[in-house]
Amino acid sequence: MDKEFLENRFNINRRHFLGKAALGLGSAALGSLLVPDMFSGTSSQAEKLQAGIRHFAPKAKRIIMLVQNGAPSQLESFDYKPLLHKMHGQDLPESVRDGQRLTGMTSGQSKFPLVGSKFAFRQYGQSGTWVSELFPNIAKITDDICVIKSMHTEAINHDPALTFIQTGAQQGNRPSMGAWMSYGLGSENQNLPAFCVLLSRGKGNGQGVYSKLWSNGFLESIHQGVQFSASEDPILYLNNPDGIDMKNRRKMLDHLEALNAQGYEEFGDPEIHAKIKQYEMAYRMQTAVPEVTDLSKEPDHIIKMYGADCLTPGTYASNCLLARKLSESGVRFVQLYHQGWDQHNNLVGEMPQQAKDVDRASAALVQDLKQRGLLDETLIIWGGEFGRTNYCQGKLTDGNYGRDHHPRCYSIWMAGGGVKGGITHGETDEFGYNIVKDPVHVHDLQATILHLMGLDHEKLTYKYLGRRFRLTDVHGHVVNDIIA
Amino acid sequence: MSRQLLALCTLVSGLYFTSCDQGFTSEAGLGELPEVLDYNIHVRPILSDKCFVCHGPDANKRESGLRLDTKEGAYAALKDQPNVHAIVPGDPASSAVYQRITAEDATMLMPPAASNLKLTEREIQIIEKWIAQGAEYKKHWAFVPPKPQPLPEVKQESWPVNAIDFFVLKQMESMGLEPNEQADKARLLRRVAFDLTGLPPSLELQERFMSDDSDEAYAKVVDELLTSKHYGEKIAIHWLDVARYADSHGYQDDGLRTMWPWRDWVIHAFNENYPYDQFLTWQLAGDLLPEHNVEAILATGFNRNHKITQEGGVIDEEYRIEYVTDRTNTFGKAFLGLTFECAKCHDHKYDPISQKDYFSTFAFFDKVPEKGIFGTFDASFADPPNMRITDEYLEDVLSFINKKDDDRLDVMVMKDSVGLRTTHVLTRGNYDAKAEVVYESMPKAVMPFDTTRFAQNRKGLAEWLLSTEHPLTSRVFVNRIWQEIFGIGIVKTAGDFGMQGDLPTHPELLDWLALDFQKDWDIKRLVKQIVTSATYRQSGEVTEKKLRLDPENTYLARYSRSRLPAELIRDMVLASSGLLNSEVGGPSVKPYQPDGLWSAATSGRGMLQEYIQDHGEDLYRRGIYTFIKRTVPPPVMLTFDASSRDQCEVRRLTTSTPLQALVILNDPTILEGARVLAERLVSTETDDEEKVVTAFRRIVCRYPKNEEHAILMGYLKDLQLHFHENQEEAKAFISVGEYPKSKELNATAVAALMQVIHTIYNMEETITKS
Repeated sequence: MDKEFLENRFNINRRHFLGKAALGLGSAALGSLLVPDMFSGTSSQAEKLQAGIRHFAPKAKRIIMLVQNGAPSQLESFDYKPLLHKMHGQDLPESVRDGQRLTGMTSGQSKFPLVGSKFAFRQYGQSGTWVSELFPNIAKITDDICVIKSMHTEAINHDPALTFIQTGAQQGNRPSMGAWMSYGLGSENQNLPAFCVLLSRGKGNGQGVYSKLWSNGFLESIHQGVQFSASEDPILYLNNPDGIDMKNRRKMLDHLEALNAQGYEEFGDPEIHAKIKQYEMAYRMQTAVPEVTDLSKEPDHIIKMYGADCLTPGTYASNCLLARKLSESGVRFVQLYHQGWDQHNNLVGEMPQQAKDVDRASAALVQDLKQRGLLDETLIIWGGEFGRTNYCQGKLTDGNYGRDHHPRCYSIWMAGGGVKGGITHGETDEFGYNIVKDPVHVHDLQATILHLMGLDHEKLTYKYLGRRFRLTDVHGHVVNDIIA
Repeated sequence: MSRQLLALCTLVSGLYFTSCDQGFTSEAGLGELPEVLDYNIHVRPILSDKCFVCHGPDANKRESGLRLDTKEGAYAALKDQPNVHAIVPGDPASSAVYQRITAEDATMLMPPAASNLKLTEREIQIIEKWIAQGAEYKKHWAFVPPKPQPLPEVKQESWPVNAIDFFVLKQMESMGLEPNEQADKARLLRRVAFDLTGLPPSLELQERFMSDDSDEAYAKVVDELLTSKHYGEKIAIHWLDVARYADSHGYQDDGLRTMWPWRDWVIHAFNENYPYDQFLTWQLAGDLLPEHNVEAILATGFNRNHKITQEGGVIDEEYRIEYVTDRTNTFGKAFLGLTFECAKCHDHKYDPISQKDYFSTFAFFDKVPEKGIFGTFDASFADPPNMRITDEYLEDVLSFINKKDDDRLDVMVMKDSVGLRTTHVLTRGNYDAKAEVVYESMPKAVMPFDTTRFAQNRKGLAEWLLSTEHPLTSRVFVNRIWQEIFGIGIVKTAGDFGMQGDLPTHPELLDWLALDFQKDWDIKRLVKQIVTSATYRQSGEVTEKKLRLDPENTYLARYSRSRLPAELIRDMVLASSGLLNSEVGGPSVKPYQPDGLWSAATSGRGMLQEYIQDHGEDLYRRGIYTFIKRTVPPPVMLTFDASSRDQCEVRRLTTSTPLQALVILNDPTILEGARVLAERLVSTETDDEEKVVTAFRRIVCRYPKNEEHAILMGYLKDLQLHFHENQEEAKAFISVGEYPKSKELNATAVAALMQVIHTIYNMEETITKS
């Protein structure tokens, strides 16, 4: 069908040229002639995206992952530990630490003074979920979210830990979760990539991000996360050069297509078809992307929800609003990174600002999707790459403290997309050091996310160099308790 | 088995793998089972893919103590049922394997449902028939040394030019395919120029070749291209992927490193045509040669190109182990074409590489006096062990290094500290779970590492690789050179010659090439052999019949057109526009790149927080010299499937995406090329037709066809009118790029021609080897 259409089209064009007739079919006609879903890979590659690979009925259709890069402290956000106040300044009992390895930053410390949160906790909502005063807006949506206090990971440093949660492996160039989704489910929108990435940075101690976090790994590059930027080119090289408007560009593409049709006539190579389609897709993206990234038409009440920051491109708030628009337009996986959560020393100084950056917009995103009736089909995940120690890194002073990396437990929250609202899953001990109930390993989280999207984490595989790779490696169990 | 049969089988297995990857198996068109079933070709791929995970080489995960990857294991009595044997040669019905794969009782069925693996009807039939025929096991083809292969007899005797063609034609004929005609001269020249130098042929070369009607015209051009200084740059690109070369350390802080002198060495080595045995030995063991050899020591930088962390707080030993792991895995993939990494945490699931084998290989690379965490941020760009590139060296033995300033220059190299540490098997691959002590050795299934012949160090390892009876070294390298020229290797999985890898499409050819190459390890001779073959010279025309019979062109009955690699797209634009700075080597450069990419991702530490773009001549260096910051690789390169250089990569994918179209449409590098070429042509005293034709010839390297000519001329006239009426647009359009503008030229004329040229740059054929 596809081939017939295009061949037919070539002939039309050819006649036009030979008869020196007017050029071009216009973009509307073109759109209808072209096959949808350009982000579904190329014709010649065996590896193809397969919309409809779903293994069972999905709860969620799309994901927005709000990565708090640097690892926000669970002890100042969602995991309330009054005992730490009582034992403030006392050494962490060796029996609790129980052989946990330390990072190079605290392995030299002779004492591990426990430190209680400087920020007050309260219970919110019908669910009575504990939230610290740093997150007043998230506190208001507790009945819509599921807090998991029992996340744990294997890595104790940022790079491997982030890579682990995104790709299922600490090392190596594996596909990121969004790339797996793109591979498994494709895109709902023919004019936008299936996997989009948005970056922002707070003022706190930062750790950087790296493109392997949204890598396609061994999957085709069509599944790579496309990084959006706050600059005039929301996607790299999206804008026409100076002096060229869309009308001019359209004419160029018509001539280009006529030239490529000559090539097809000579070689008969299906790749030439693919190339022509890609140019048409690029052209459509040039219209579709600026439309979706234009936040200026959002009504006042929406701006208020997300906070005035959302009108400043490149802020977390702006990215949350953009994430909603992308998701609403059918983007399968939107991944935000907000940097600056690595509070080794000045936690008391830095964390309030970090929390302020993200609190309002994160909550607004959930509420906004809810009021649009989209929360049920959109899964939101908020969290970092590991937790932070219950003891102080460096010297504990009256006014300040810091916390080192802690892989054994940390807190995240999820909302929408088939996850139960108003629950807290998992528990840590009263020291906030070890998990005592319902541990959720990173691979369990990944298995659950795939499950919610209708994918069996053991069946979503890709054979590369002789081995069937999975996001969850050979591990992972779906956490059924949190599924609605 | 007849070759015809083999050919058929390989095609079938190729198709099978392609579809199986997606979990869909098409049985249509596979036809009757072959008369005689071969373990290596028909049976092992099934057993390996569906059974070995639980009944294979990994002793720790072996279910019921049964292994099916060896004859002994499969024929023996079952552990729990002494009267029953998994395989009874000649008797499928009595074989437990057959009973279980056909069991109706779901609890008995193999593979079990939980494995998500399933045998197709055809696979079951193959196993049944193979058992009935005696269930003969054979050693894995890739572990049997290549055998001398006589040139096969072919029907179309006039076609072959050299040995390659006999093998290729034989298989074509067995499939009822005929080779394409030879490509037209202009296209052939462009193709071979890209393959050998990575650059389009100049107008001068085009004219010289087109007007040379002698029989040797093509061979002469090939020789000329092989002696070009750009040959080394082209062929080096692939080796830099293999060696994961980059200009930063990787991991989150991702500071600057100075490994580029090693990269200059690689280009030099290819240009000087160092034989592969020397090329390999110097990189693996240049520091261990009997005579102190500075150049060979520099070559050992190969093993220091891995990522190094600068993240505060990491555990030193954890990362040191990571680097040794990287070297081991890179060694396995680069030289042996094996997936060694699969044996780090447990015995290999498919290949006869035990975890102990893994760490015995690991031991070769574990004696380096190095740290897991890089000293201090950018205090030095080359963590010890390193070597200083002194002025004395630069004037003499290392004169190929293109050093441009007076700063100190250090390069990381290899060094062994004997007795520094013992190497242990690490349980589950964990750095702190030391088990049994191991010593340098190699998996005996590949080839025993005879310690009376080979020293237990990297030098001995190189000698082991280069033994005449080694089954892999030559095959693996020859296959990758083939892949770089034809797009797909004779073994498609260039990084996996093991049980799960694809079978060679032309096994005899691979053996012939491997043995021939082993005679002198002469890389240029190998390359020349390939590009002068009739196989290579075929046209890229795809007929419906060929597309139907052989969609992936496994049988090489046509030339597989393929998109230029990332670096070469840039090179093509620079060379054809006249902008190219053809300097060889030197520190990597930073051409145009969209603003803010580095600063958006930086940790705020180190020298590479902001992308500071270069200016002047440095903007026009070849793609191979573009600075690679691992955590934020050059975006255009990634868009066109270049490696991020995170780890050893032996094969790039070639994808086609809308983002690629956006790059060629809007990247200032390409627009500037169009502008500069337009300016040059506008300033010549020629008519419009000649200008357009010259541009076309510089870029597409042939004369436009009448239809193309008409399209381009019609478009030029439209554009002249358009820009005449829209002078501001014309001025804006030609403002792109830093290359000085010719002020006296007419903006309308330049803009119109520039857009025509830009359109030519966007043609499919322009970025394709046709």
